[in-house]
Amino acid sequence: MIRRNNPLIIYSFNHYKTIIKLKKYFMTTSQYNPKIIAHFTSPHNVGEIKDADGVGEVGNPMCGDMMKLTIKVGRNKKDEEIIEDVKFKTYGCAAAIATSSMVTDMAMGKTLDEALKITRQDVAEELGGLPEIKMHCSNLAADALRKAIENYRSKG
Amino acid sequence: MNKKIVKNERIYFDNSATTPMDSRVISEMKNVMESDFGNPSSIHSYGREARGLLDKYREVCRDFIGADEVNEIIFTSGGSEADNLAILGLVKKSKVKKPHIITSLIEHKAVLETIQELEKKELIEATYLKVDKYGQIDLENVKREIRHNTILISVMYVNNEVGTIQPVREIGKYLEKINEGRVGGGFPRIYLHTDAVQAFPYLKCNVKHLHIDMMSVSAHKFNGPKGTGFLYVKEGTPVEKIIYGGAQEFNFRAGTENMSGIAGLAKAVGILAKEQDKEVKKITELRDKLIKGVLKIKGADLTGHKTERSPAIASFVFSGIEGESILINLDLEGIAVSTGSACSSGTLSPSHVLMAMGYSHVEAQGNIRVSLGRFNTEAEVKRFLDVLPGIVERLRDLSPLS
Repeated sequence: MIRRNNPLIIYSFNHYKTIIKLKKYFMTTSQYNPKIIAHFTSPHNVGEIKDADGVGEVGNPMCGDMMKLTIKVGRNKKDEEIIEDVKFKTYGCAAAIATSSMVTDMAMGKTLDEALKITRQDVAEELGGLPEIKMHCSNLAADALRKAIENYRSKG
Repeated sequence: MNKKIVKNERIYFDNSATTPMDSRVISEMKNVMESDFGNPSSIHSYGREARGLLDKYREVCRDFIGADEVNEIIFTSGGSEADNLAILGLVKKSKVKKPHIITSLIEHKAVLETIQELEKKELIEATYLKVDKYGQIDLENVKREIRHNTILISVMYVNNEVGTIQPVREIGKYLEKINEGRVGGGFPRIYLHTDAVQAFPYLKCNVKHLHIDMMSVSAHKFNGPKGTGFLYVKEGTPVEKIIYGGAQEFNFRAGTENMSGIAGLAKAVGILAKEQDKEVKKITELRDKLIKGVLKIKGADLTGHKTERSPAIASFVFSGIEGESILINLDLEGIAVSTGSACSSGTLSPSHVLMAMGYSHVEAQGNIRVSLGRFNTEAEVKRFLDVLPGIVERLRDLSPLS
């Protein structure tokens, strides 16, 4: 009886652990944060660069997401290669489109070496977190960027 | 007040998922909760009053579906439990060593998973009927698949995702024809179960007309409360209970009856009995307007059967774009629909129904389902048709596929 009436025992560490677990569970596909929704409804840098220097294509429509990212490479004052322009086209859910938009924002103006360091995790964090289930399938944007840079470099 | 106005501005087009409750149902439930709290199993006056009410509610359901006896109505916690009771209950009671069950690939998961689970445990053999591109099973296929040890055919009346009506009545009539010979020849009788959850609000669910042995119904699909439904079990169908702990529901389902829920269910059935014809007409008109409008969009296609379909369901596929993106855009406009795309299901493959109908992964990903209900209006359909083309165009602009 004493145990049951003691709030300190009821709200134990385990209880909080359960709450955290539940929160994670309820942050399902439909619960995007406002930042994701903003990037989804008005994405930045949409399109395809004609005569692009590098092209990165990832995903496949089979699993519901596909992204094509094109870059234009220029040079900064220190004569390093930078991403002068970047555009994307994405087929997929809201998370796929938002991460695409975000990665173009993050890469714009960066040196190629800096841009290569952008990870899936960075993109997700910059968006304020993606629902767990979207982490693996929709977060292809960083991969597309890396592919575009590798494509440029492979041309020599 | 403000909140209420905003709420009313939203458009609810997901009535196949669940429906808003009818105020008449709510007041009936409120009455029961306030004044009739007795347990129908009690002997005293409180109990007897509750029993009287329960009998009355059961009679309303019996009358509507044209069953012979009130004890053929088994109240459950909804459609899923009704499906489980029908399948598990029949298998448990069956004397056949390893019985065979026929179902279709497009059933609701409450049927599919139950049968798959029994199959996995090697308690039964199962056949999953294919469907044509309209999402319909073929009676000839059913006939072909019948085996010496077949005990059950479970086919839904209306598919929940595309709205196609299945030939349940034809199967029922055929089974009636062959069952006599089977029993006479020492083979087990084949029972027919239909999940009529989606069909119940709009189609004639008379059990005599359909020639069925069991039928699942759920109240929240026709403006009743969630957590209530019933299974019609024809007298003499060997079904064993799956929930133990009492002799309620004619010993088919233990547990004190959900009186307020059942009151709501019966009220909702009563409203259907009076208003169904009018409602079907109204909703069919709305649906046809909606389909006509959506098909004006390039690259939009209606799924399911062109004529043999539920009045309420219109499901589309859009080329080059993904369903969840459309859904969220519509949601931002205050319009609620659903999608069979993989992104929304939490799995990596899109709707099992669209896949069974032969749609490719890409096509199925671009799916949106609109399901209408009692409270939808023409103005809402118009607003939807105003908004949708812009959304589709914007998403296509984003897509590398178009």
